[in-house]
Amino acid sequence: MKKRLEFKYKFGFSVPHKPVYTTKPGISEKVVKEISYLKGEPKWMRDFRLKAFKIFKQKEMPKWGPDLSSLKFDEIIYYLKPIEKRADYWEQLPPEIKKTYDLIGIPEAEKKFLAGVSAQFESEVVYESIKKDLEKKGVIFCDMDTAVKKYPEIVKEYFGKLVPPADNKFAALNSAVWSGGSFIFVPKGVKVPLPLQAYFRINAERMGQFERTLIVAEEGSFVHYVEGCTAPIYSTQSLHAAVVEIFVKKGARVRYTTIQNWNKNVFNLVTKRSKIEEEAIMEWVDCNIGSAVTMKYPSVFLAGRKSKAETLSLAYAFGNQIQDTGAKMIHLAPETSSRVISKSVAVKGGRTSYRGLVQVLKGAKKSSVYVSCDALILDKISRSDTYPTMKIFEKDVQIQHEATVEKIGEDKLFYFNCRGIKKEEAESLLVNGFIQPIAKELPLEYAIELNRLINLQMEGTVG
Amino acid sequence: MLELKNLTVRIQNKEILHDINFKFEKGKTYAIMGPNGSGKTTLALAILGYPGLSLDKKSKIIFNGRDITNLKPEERAKKGIFLSFQNPPPLSGVNIFQLLQYAFPKINPLILRQKTKEISQKLGLEEEVLERSFHPGVSGGEKKKVEALQALIFNPKLFIFDEIDTGLDVDALRKISQSINEIKKGKTTILITHYARILRYIEPDYVLVLKEGRISHFGDKTLAEKIEREGYKNF
Repeated sequence: MKKRLEFKYKFGFSVPHKPVYTTKPGISEKVVKEISYLKGEPKWMRDFRLKAFKIFKQKEMPKWGPDLSSLKFDEIIYYLKPIEKRADYWEQLPPEIKKTYDLIGIPEAEKKFLAGVSAQFESEVVYESIKKDLEKKGVIFCDMDTAVKKYPEIVKEYFGKLVPPADNKFAALNSAVWSGGSFIFVPKGVKVPLPLQAYFRINAERMGQFERTLIVAEEGSFVHYVEGCTAPIYSTQSLHAAVVEIFVKKGARVRYTTIQNWNKNVFNLVTKRSKIEEEAIMEWVDCNIGSAVTMKYPSVFLAGRKSKAETLSLAYAFGNQIQDTGAKMIHLAPETSSRVISKSVAVKGGRTSYRGLVQVLKGAKKSSVYVSCDALILDKISRSDTYPTMKIFEKDVQIQHEATVEKIGEDKLFYFNCRGIKKEEAESLLVNGFIQPIAKELPLEYAIELNRLINLQMEGTVG
Repeated sequence: MLELKNLTVRIQNKEILHDINFKFEKGKTYAIMGPNGSGKTTLALAILGYPGLSLDKKSKIIFNGRDITNLKPEERAKKGIFLSFQNPPPLSGVNIFQLLQYAFPKINPLILRQKTKEISQKLGLEEEVLERSFHPGVSGGEKKKVEALQALIFNPKLFIFDEIDTGLDVDALRKISQSINEIKKGKTTILITHYARILRYIEPDYVLVLKEGRISHFGDKTLAEKIEREGYKNF
């Protein structure tokens, strides 16, 4: 019997796979040009990359937050092309890659409850599909590289406009070496009834994944995008630095759900931002269970009157993990409302931080803000911190901020013990109860998966 | 049934119970009374093995002929000792159904849920309360009902009710007492209480008075009536 509380990472396997092309480790202008050349990109994108690379070199590492000193930019492989041509059917994929997705359960999920699937392996999307009826309605769901070539006008209009390369060092890096990611365009009035899912997989050692996602939801439309991520267990560090930009037009609604389950050697440094217009709704559901270090603060610019934004953030840090997560809400227009619900769990030395910014600009009258961050700490060696920032420049607003820190003390565990329930089971019950308000917002399949993941972490495995 | 031998208990070096020796007989009901701070709850916690207590080396707790002094609380619970808490801690997000699923992993959750609902109706517990049974914000009376409900579901060999009556209105007290009277037949019951009121509903065979960590008096229920009349000044 294995020791309890030991964590078994289900997706830690790697398949032996020889890529068709890979750049040498490290980053230089040459590597950036090489990536652009291999992709056969238009000049404007090549120029965008090169400009971004210059910014990356100039930008300093963040002076706040977790220690990133073990991240070695020179040792990372920035581009790795897994296969020659993207597959339209799962069977077209090389068996080892298909096996990866079978083990993760993607083809099955596609049949059951998804409107479309995109699967990224290393740097490129290797499979994608979308239901025919959605395609007929004008919904576009493809990889970002294809979008640059097929829909340059839309891409040019939005790409890098919300998260410019100069935003931060990792946004600059992504802008220089980006590859893959999803492009979604939902035409006016079209509601996508089932979620579109993207699945990101890092397979090779020292691989950096830099996908770029752009969602444009036209007036009155709706889409729910779900992303999941896993990686094998390696002793060396991997880097995942994505950029996500979302434009939600008048009266439209976008829900973006993330189940981040990178293995514990991945640095997950992601910039996610959304701009919403009049009466539009943006919802981030951001669950961070994996990675070594995550720094992620999904943001919303509430730019239109009566627009609404919500971020549900869940972080789970176990052992050496650091989850530095949060949300940013920038109110630019009147009668806007935002809600941030953050729940974090720190176990066995894990560290969680809530880092949040709420900004209400002058003129955003009658806006309301609600921020609630709850932390659960399971033992004395774990830690949780809260760094909320509020910049309110308008008087006629309603602001509410609540924060709680809960410790699972002897009394609570004793209560369960008196009912014949062991400590580990009691902890799992308490953790699941604690995250329930966020877990219930996930599609059922993911809620079950999240629950399973946490139980695995809590109880260890019997083998 | 339950025997306490030389039970001396300390909390952070402060001696709370001093060398208690007592034998609880099978099938009998005992009321333990005593002024505030006399050690009643500590006694209950010691029987269940609360980790915040330290026992003297000589102290022994014998349950059904077996020394359980070194058993973990969950092992004692599994042997059939049940404690109804005086102040159950708030357990955010957890409800009775989830707790019972963990306590009875072999029973089909749907059957367990059904049975729980049936018993809770007898106690006058609203279904809505069951859904948030351990959340902060549940009233004191409802909490006590949830404790009684669990006593009935766990159906142990030894019941320990620590102030089950506080916070209950008279109707609830009547319902709960009735259910407890039905289920405790042939079992051993310990009622920790401040008031003789509950003893009119659940009649004790014996009354123990605990004072400054020692059993100062032992008798029948007239002892309880005397306490109700005169207070503890004559004890």
